[in-house]
Amino acid sequence: MLAYALRRLGQSAFVLAAMSFLVFLGVYAIGNPIELLVNPEADQAERLRAAAALGLDKPLLVQYGVFLVHAAKGDLGRSFVYNIPAIQLILERLPATLELAFAATVIAVLLGIPLGLLAGLKPHSWIGRSIMAGSIVGFSLPTFWVGLVLIMVFSVELGWLPPNGRGATVSVLGFPVSFLTLDGLKHLAMPALNLALLKLSLLVRLTRAGTREALLQDYVKFARAKGLPMRRVIGVHVLKNIMIPIVTVIGLELGSVIAFAIVTESIFAWPGTGKLLIDSINQLDRPVIVAYLMVIVTIFIAINLVVDLLYSLLDPRVRIGAAAPAH
Amino acid sequence: MRIAAESARPAPERAAPAQAPWRRFAAEFSESRLAMAGLALLALIVVVALAAPWIAPQNPYDLAQLDVLDSKLPPGSQSLAGHTYWLGTDDQGRDMLSAILFGLRISLVVGVASTLGALAIGLATGLAAAYFGGWVDAAIMRVADIQLSFPAILIALILLALLGQGAGKIIAALITVQWAYYARTVRSSAMVERRKEYVEAARVLALSQPRIVFRHLLPNCLPPLIVVATVQVAHAISLEATLSFLGLGLPITEPSLGLLIANGFQYLLSGKYWISFYPGLALLATIVAINLVADQLRDVLNPRLQR
Amino acid sequence: MSALLEVEGLRTHFFTRAGVVKAVDDVSLSLERGKVLGLVGESGSGKSVTGYSLMGLVDEPGRIVSGAIRLEGRDITALDAEAWRKLRGSRVSMIFQDPMMTLNPVLRIDTQMVEAVLAHHAVSRAAALERCREALVRVGIASPDERLRAYPHQFSGGMRQRVAIAIALVNRPALVIADEPTTALDVTIQGQILFEMQKLCRETGAGLIWITHDLSVIAGLADDVCVMYAGRIVESGPVDEILDHPLHPYTRGLLDSIPSRNVPGRPLAQIPGMTPSLLALDAGCAFRERCARSREDCRAAPATSRPAAARSLRCVNPLP
Repeated sequence: MLAYALRRLGQSAFVLAAMSFLVFLGVYAIGNPIELLVNPEADQAERLRAAAALGLDKPLLVQYGVFLVHAAKGDLGRSFVYNIPAIQLILERLPATLELAFAATVIAVLLGIPLGLLAGLKPHSWIGRSIMAGSIVGFSLPTFWVGLVLIMVFSVELGWLPPNGRGATVSVLGFPVSFLTLDGLKHLAMPALNLALLKLSLLVRLTRAGTREALLQDYVKFARAKGLPMRRVIGVHVLKNIMIPIVTVIGLELGSVIAFAIVTESIFAWPGTGKLLIDSINQLDRPVIVAYLMVIVTIFIAINLVVDLLYSLLDPRVRIGAAAPAH
Repeated sequence: MRIAAESARPAPERAAPAQAPWRRFAAEFSESRLAMAGLALLALIVVVALAAPWIAPQNPYDLAQLDVLDSKLPPGSQSLAGHTYWLGTDDQGRDMLSAILFGLRISLVVGVASTLGALAIGLATGLAAAYFGGWVDAAIMRVADIQLSFPAILIALILLALLGQGAGKIIAALITVQWAYYARTVRSSAMVERRKEYVEAARVLALSQPRIVFRHLLPNCLPPLIVVATVQVAHAISLEATLSFLGLGLPITEPSLGLLIANGFQYLLSGKYWISFYPGLALLATIVAINLVADQLRDVLNPRLQR
Repeated sequence: MSALLEVEGLRTHFFTRAGVVKAVDDVSLSLERGKVLGLVGESGSGKSVTGYSLMGLVDEPGRIVSGAIRLEGRDITALDAEAWRKLRGSRVSMIFQDPMMTLNPVLRIDTQMVEAVLAHHAVSRAAALERCREALVRVGIASPDERLRAYPHQFSGGMRQRVAIAIALVNRPALVIADEPTTALDVTIQGQILFEMQKLCRETGAGLIWITHDLSVIAGLADDVCVMYAGRIVESGPVDEILDHPLHPYTRGLLDSIPSRNVPGRPLAQIPGMTPSLLALDAGCAFRERCARSREDCRAAPATSRPAAARSLRCVNPLP
């Protein structure tokens, strides 16, 4: 188990290094690096100074090395627009995005798994079929359009919920969170629901498929032959088997939720990293783009690593391995 | 509670006379009324979109035809010239219905083109990985896995930020984002087939490699590939719409549905919902139709749920 | 004392899109306490479905259409779901063919055994665990505590099947149905398991129905045997009589095709043709297409005759 964890850690470090190289290559090598990193308003003298400071006259690999050294120190350049270190900008906005992502994931899990289970147990009943039809619709709806409709209905027509922004926050362990205030919840409701919809549909379908397959397995028949109540057959035997792939999917999709938050944040003007990214792209604030990429890549790799380890913990076949079979 | 226990029923041997695979497939597919409805809707959308230049009441790109006095009219209003704007007009005076028809066309073209491109690349790399094995396989799959572990929208976003706008660039970005799905699907099907003994036999007989690949490995990969491709078309269309909505996709001169929606977004809060809503509805209908069809395809072609 | 199990005219049909599959078509048998009944037939003969019918485990699209099943004098055919649940695992239990798949791979052995006890008896977990330990020892597993804490994939096939047998017997059922439990195991393990099952049934007085396609297994194990073909019992009686003096041509064919009964150097004897589709059965004898002794009147439904005291037969032109 330890060997496996160490191996995965090593792999992750490798991937991180590779990704940083790709990001570097992508941003630095396409087009004139000076244009990318120096404020477009700068004059010629400043540009020359910047070029020297950034070591742009040196070979590519040396530049990459310099980049890495700076990155390790947390220095990924300064934002042109806000004139503060890019990394600081990203980290300031990150809690808002994480809060949104977690809220969406919680909604998706609490609704998705029970609905999927129900659809898997009664696939041909009207409730099973409507859940599946609903999941197809939820899956197909583009996130931004759902956001649109939500705003139309709940803000414009009914006036119940505010259409944009984040609510009042309180500080928990140094992180500002907004779901602990009523105002915060009102602002969080629509964006979280919007973001959750895709994952919710995915979870419903996954759980349903897993349940249907699990029910055909022999161990279910055997469990019934033992005279176990259906409650236990479903709740323990089936659930434990399907939870393993589902938990891994939830974990892996967490990264995608954070990425998709970009769209939701744009629609609801939620002050997170996603909105920051879009604004930066439009304003050509490249250091922020680089900083965002590096932070996101690190988060993803970390999530993948944790999920992998979690999987091996949950599945006893992987955790214990096949011991010498005894007679 | 009744649960299907398939293995409790003995397989009827030599049951009904074997139907042609095509017929059986069609019969099983048409079992789902929902999927058939989806298929019908999809057919309608494709026909309408392809015929857009001929059936649209107005050419939305022809600036001469636009009259800014007609702008932001609600659905059903009459223009000064006397024809009806069935779905209203946008802020430039464009007839929404025409804009939607042309937008559908572009969205479909982009979606299908990128899917085909990704399919071709994914097929080639997947087959290569499965057939050659060893380090070729490891290298290709590593790249695919790493790419797949990052969300498509992020990769596409960054690519477009670097490349700029335009239909060709969007298609390229979509292809880059999608090829890995196909590669992985193809590879796993081909791996199963490759292990079978007749491939070994063919090798021993020194049959040419392309022949082995095409005659044997390829047909086995088709069913899951068809399912993935169908779903991915919807995915590509949705992704393109999202990117256009965010301002990174197609330029304003070739508005896809996403751009139309983005355009109308600012008027939402003042009650002029139709500028965003109807393009959104068209987009939704397309994606739902494709997904309905893909769902049934998946069920029909899934060997583990065979009855 | 009435028989432990009496089945009369059992019909279990599957209503599929392709038609009605008459998996079990008018089956009658009986079993005394402490005795072993062999249910023999090829794949597709309906023997497994008979077993499931006796457990109430026949699911959509199948169901028991008609007939009576009397367990310890009580008609259980028309019981509701909850009543069936109480019977399963406590009065009648089943052992399945593939031990790899019947134990849940993600749950520990003790979890899977204890739940079988707790589903039927209101005892403490510790007491239930004790019973499980005893059950494991009874099936010949030496160090039960270690095994209890393990997961199924850590065991060999033979060991898993022993665990499955222990689970089946832990609540001391009156009837045990074993559906080809040794088919997936090595021959040496087969012998061990057979011996132990026989011993356990004699000790506990449980009745055992052993479903198999392998006549040689039956020879050493069973007291009586029923031969099934295409959903019907074509011949039944004490095992020695059937094996020495089979009356139904199909039984003869089965016996002849056992490899050990054949002369080395000569081609193996086989029953010509194939088992018919269970969709296309009519009332007549299902074996007539393949039978060397078939006549005109084989097309009518063969009545059940009693050629000897404990034997029954469905054939109008039996072997002499």
